[in-house]
Amino acid sequence: MLVKDIMKRDVITITEEDTVATALQLLQKHHIRHIPVIDEKKQVIGIVSDRDVRDASPSILDAERDETILTRSIKEVMTSPVVTTHPLEFFEEVATIFYQKEFACLPVVRNKQLVGMITEKDMLQTFIQLTGTHSPSTQMELKVPDRVGVLADVCQYFKQHHIKIVSVYGYPDPKTAGYKVLVFRIQTINPMPVIRAFEESEFDILYPYLEDQDEI
Amino acid sequence: MKSKNTAFIYTEDFLQYSFHEQHPFNQLRLLLTKELLESEQALTAEDIVLPKSYSEDLLLTIHAKEYIDIVKRASAEHPVSFESFGIGTTDTPSFPEMYDASFRTVTGSVTAAELVMSTQVNHALNIAGGLHHGFPDRASGFCIFNDIAIAIQYIREHYQAKVLYIDIDAHHGDGVQHCFYDDPNVCTVSIHETGRYLYPGTGKTGERGVKEGFGFAFNFPIDAFTEDDSFLETFSSIEEIAAYFKPDVIVSQHGADAHYLDPLTHLHCSLATFEEVPKRIHKLAHQYCQGKWVALGGGGYDIWRVVPRAWSQLWQIMNNRENFRGEISKKWLHKWQKQAPVPLPTTWEDQLEEYKPIPRHDEIVETNQRMTEQVMKFITNHKNE
Repeated sequence: MLVKDIMKRDVITITEEDTVATALQLLQKHHIRHIPVIDEKKQVIGIVSDRDVRDASPSILDAERDETILTRSIKEVMTSPVVTTHPLEFFEEVATIFYQKEFACLPVVRNKQLVGMITEKDMLQTFIQLTGTHSPSTQMELKVPDRVGVLADVCQYFKQHHIKIVSVYGYPDPKTAGYKVLVFRIQTINPMPVIRAFEESEFDILYPYLEDQDEI
Repeated sequence: MKSKNTAFIYTEDFLQYSFHEQHPFNQLRLLLTKELLESEQALTAEDIVLPKSYSEDLLLTIHAKEYIDIVKRASAEHPVSFESFGIGTTDTPSFPEMYDASFRTVTGSVTAAELVMSTQVNHALNIAGGLHHGFPDRASGFCIFNDIAIAIQYIREHYQAKVLYIDIDAHHGDGVQHCFYDDPNVCTVSIHETGRYLYPGTGKTGERGVKEGFGFAFNFPIDAFTEDDSFLETFSSIEEIAAYFKPDVIVSQHGADAHYLDPLTHLHCSLATFEEVPKRIHKLAHQYCQGKWVALGGGGYDIWRVVPRAWSQLWQIMNNRENFRGEISKKWLHKWQKQAPVPLPTTWEDQLEEYKPIPRHDEIVETNQRMTEQVMKFITNHKNE
């Protein structure tokens, strides 16, 4: 999945001559936490976060609040230069940047121009979609040996039972080395026939889970 | 039309909603239920009302024209597959007369709704209905047309009444929720096994409706292996929802697949749940709706040991009678035991032969309580405003 598929295209922007007050207003009005700062050519020259603005705002604890700070320019509070990403970047690449650099948001830039924004929230939503329910389906988990062709072998069972696969993902089995857990969402309300077939196969079905298997 | 308290909508033709011999959705359970009630002298010819005939336009109130045409084609061209419409899949394969059989189920539920709304009867039951997975443009989970959504829409269009929909099927009532997700006049409540492993996967606590309909969808996803006590405790919240919503009529779906013998789900209730739930709905109907109550069938895949008893108890309670106790009619047992692949129960109460004790019982109860609190926070916060 590419950044362009999940990024927001309607981006609220600000210029470096704007005031801190304007930024504060925009952040509150649009319920956002970051505003890219652009120049007249739509190039990203900085980014201003709710924290930058908060740090610059007068404290509610001050006896005499210096409201003049709010009239200061964005240029004085913004972060620059900015790490950006490209619309054709893979989304997992962006996830890595978020994790390693502890960012929560990246402007998306193409031909030096701002074309979108991608946030931690968009990223989480994508993961929810990848692992979640987008059409009526039954979840089924299988523990399988980690070998060539195992996915194809497992999928044969669904094909034989004429059941469509809605989504699939896999991860290394945390308990047994050399095994993987495959998680399927399959389009059927009646998984019993395919479950019975799996029970007679070499694969361990982790569905339905036992009454008392939680040893966390 | 005779004036009576409760109507039993039925025609033998309901049994034509039949995918094939091996299919788990088997409407023979309708006949089993009807004959059980007759054997117990609890159902007479006077109680039975045939589904009325309606124009096909009825389907258009919920379903897309294109999809309706596909169902017609599937009937004519069987065997055939229209996968993008959910037809011709393992769950909903095509069958001859598929269209007529599905439409008849719909007319049954609409007849029930009309009898109740026009106050010809207080309550009406259509055990052939309750096909809650049907979507406007596709079949899903054994359901072709969504008779429930169509009946509710019928009530909305002709009577402008506020409808409380209660769904106790072990599967989430996704199709009905979907149809009224933005409608503040239809409050959908579904109590079902969590979608973690069970179809269709939706029905999470956070699904609360959208736009105008926000706050008018409630979902109680209970843990796998939930038993009677916790099921009924969770169900109690529906009383609070009724007080908040103040419905004019209740439409309920009585899927009987939360029973421990059901082969498709992991809930672990006994017949006791299926005696108690109708009593509570009955009470709510009289408390808020001058008795207006349309009850429908639903899932239920142990058609021999569970469904006939569960739905017979429902009928008893709708008729203001005590639920059945003790021995089951010998006549019925004698007739059907020959055909049944399992020993039929001889008493109304479960003898719990195959009941497995659940070691995680306390944990499940607690999980369900926490979930319920989460769902009900919406109303609790609302009250405190």
